Amino acid sequence: MTPDLPPLPPLPRLRDGLLAVLRRDLLLAMQRPGDVLNPLFFFAVVSTLFPLAIGPDAELLRAIGPGVVWVAALLAALLSLHSVFLGDFEDGSLEQLLLSAQPLPLIVLAKTAAHWLLSGLPLVIVSPVIALSYDLAPASLVAMPVTLALGTASLSLIGVVAAALTVGLNRGNALLGLLVLPLAMPVLIFGARTVSLAASGDGIAAGVYFLGAYCMLAVTLAPFATAAALRISNE
Amino acid sequence: MTALLSASGLGLFRGERRLFGDIGFALNAGNLLLVEGANGSGKTSLLRVIAGLVEPDTGSVRWRGLDVRDHRQSYCASLMWSGHKVGCKQDLTLIENLRCERALRPIAARDQQAVFRRLDLAGLTDLPMRALSAGQQRRVALARLLLGNAELWLLDEPFTNLDAGGEALVNQLVDEHLDAGGACVMASHRGVATDRPIERLSLS
Amino acid sequence: MWIFFHKLASPPHFYALAARLVPWLAAAAALLIGYGTWAGLFVAPPDYQQGDAFRIIYVHVPAAYLSMMAYMVMAVAAGIGLIWRMKLAHAVAAGAAPVGAWFTFLALATGSIWGRPMWGTWWEWGDPRLTSELILLFLYFGYMALRASIDDPGRADRASAVLAMVGAVNVPIIHFSVEWWSSLHQGPTLVRRDGPAIEAAMLYPLLAMIIGFTLLFAALLLSRVRAEVLFRERRARWVARLVRNEGGSA
Repeated sequence: MTPDLPPLPPLPRLRDGLLAVLRRDLLLAMQRPGDVLNPLFFFAVVSTLFPLAIGPDAELLRAIGPGVVWVAALLAALLSLHSVFLGDFEDGSLEQLLLSAQPLPLIVLAKTAAHWLLSGLPLVIVSPVIALSYDLAPASLVAMPVTLALGTASLSLIGVVAAALTVGLNRGNALLGLLVLPLAMPVLIFGARTVSLAASGDGIAAGVYFLGAYCMLAVTLAPFATAAALRISNE
Repeated sequence: MTALLSASGLGLFRGERRLFGDIGFALNAGNLLLVEGANGSGKTSLLRVIAGLVEPDTGSVRWRGLDVRDHRQSYCASLMWSGHKVGCKQDLTLIENLRCERALRPIAARDQQAVFRRLDLAGLTDLPMRALSAGQQRRVALARLLLGNAELWLLDEPFTNLDAGGEALVNQLVDEHLDAGGACVMASHRGVATDRPIERLSLS
Repeated sequence: MWIFFHKLASPPHFYALAARLVPWLAAAAALLIGYGTWAGLFVAPPDYQQGDAFRIIYVHVPAAYLSMMAYMVMAVAAGIGLIWRMKLAHAVAAGAAPVGAWFTFLALATGSIWGRPMWGTWWEWGDPRLTSELILLFLYFGYMALRASIDDPGRADRASAVLAMVGAVNVPIIHFSVEWWSSLHQGPTLVRRDGPAIEAAMLYPLLAMIIGFTLLFAALLLSRVRAEVLFRERRARWVARLVRNEGGSA
């Protein structure tokens, strides 16, 4: 015989929990706008490094442009992953989130959404400018933000799993790259190749479909992995 | 009758070291469990095990007779945790912090302003938490306890950083919570003043 | 059946059982690998296109197959350990990672050596299978690095288990996307709908090598897990008894 639990006091709605955590993280970011702008500058600077290192060969730059922009975006998104849970871990709010009455994967999803809005979305918006500077074909000016939007979202989802696994570790920052980058290869491959295909005038549907499917898979599975990882890391 | 909160055979290792082993207790509504012990005796770890933050290596914690690992959500909805760290965002104001809190757990139908007045926080609600002293931040943690609608309070060293008035306040709040049919587990190296029955658990 | 599993999961039983199995597995592996090496080098005829260079597949193919296999063993063991809180399963996952990483390295090295006469370069980026082997090696590195950087063994077990499972979901996707990215490699030769494409004198040594390598993997894995179990249980009474008995008999 299992004893019955008495009815719980009315719980807050799921949507309220999601929005509250999202709102909180965005508010916090607004207090420190530098944290949002740094990855963006990093993205721009890395994209500038390649022409300087390789030389002003327009043909070559046009060929490597999609790959360079994608690698730069990947590294820029990686830059801000370390801090996703670090602040919450240090001031004890993570404990409160772990013990909240809302399902943890939902809270994690809200934090991931905040991370994407703050680190992925700015890159998506700026990417056509960078693509222009590499003199990519007009078609890729559309393909670039579309693939980056799907790709950076997947990256945030997967990256947050690794961030949860390394939160509270001393050398977590270097480890984070080692954990995330191999997992991010499919996104990089499809993203960069799709932009290349667009630049050479080919169809981009296959790549966009793949990135969309990958993103859907990540949305479904990653929050559960992150939730499990957070509970383990916070012991 | 099943106890509100009970545990049996709780044991925890940290690497090589056994922090504690074979801890058991049963706590009914209106009672207080005081976890005592010297620094480093595992008080905080035991409290974290009870809260479900740490998986014990042996034994289990049961809420109304059900293993908390299998009924995490209803257990979490019934408890308030107050740890070493206050658990508020330093860049946000008290009001903003509590606003997020509202969406995360059941909230008592209490007058928020009255709670602030009672805890001497009334003038501070629009300042960022950073501007508050350590003792005032502790009081914010108390405000969260009062506003949360939870039967079980888990308090880890609640007297830290508080002045004499604050300490008296903690005693008073715990008393009221127990009178209202709640239960409390407290880790403290100093006793608590309450008329309600106290169970003691000593870690050595 | 359940009693069998229960017994298997208990460290002293596993330790004793593995001790009995390892020599047999190792002997069978040595026999098969010995036959495969001899037959692969001297019996199998040279390939009409690749000449004698093709003979490296007798190491390359089993190593590549086992690099994937070891990852799956690791991920499944990690999952069992995470879900059923079985400590032995975590020990298996911990033991499988370095062995798998070595097989991955072996597959990469032989693939690279093979590539020299075939493509004229030590490394061919256009080859999808070598590229996904390389990514697999990074996944192993990440797993081992995470495990090494967490001090508490219980936490290290469970955190790396989450990573192994996330990785296991990604391995097929990585393989597929790298395949899409480029297709310069020759198609699959061993498994075809109309039967194997290579002739029997070439095939039998390869099969012997694959089975031999698998047995070798099992022997290595069991030895590693034995050591792992012994280390983890070093405070347990049965280990003390074991040490005393062995000390007495020596």
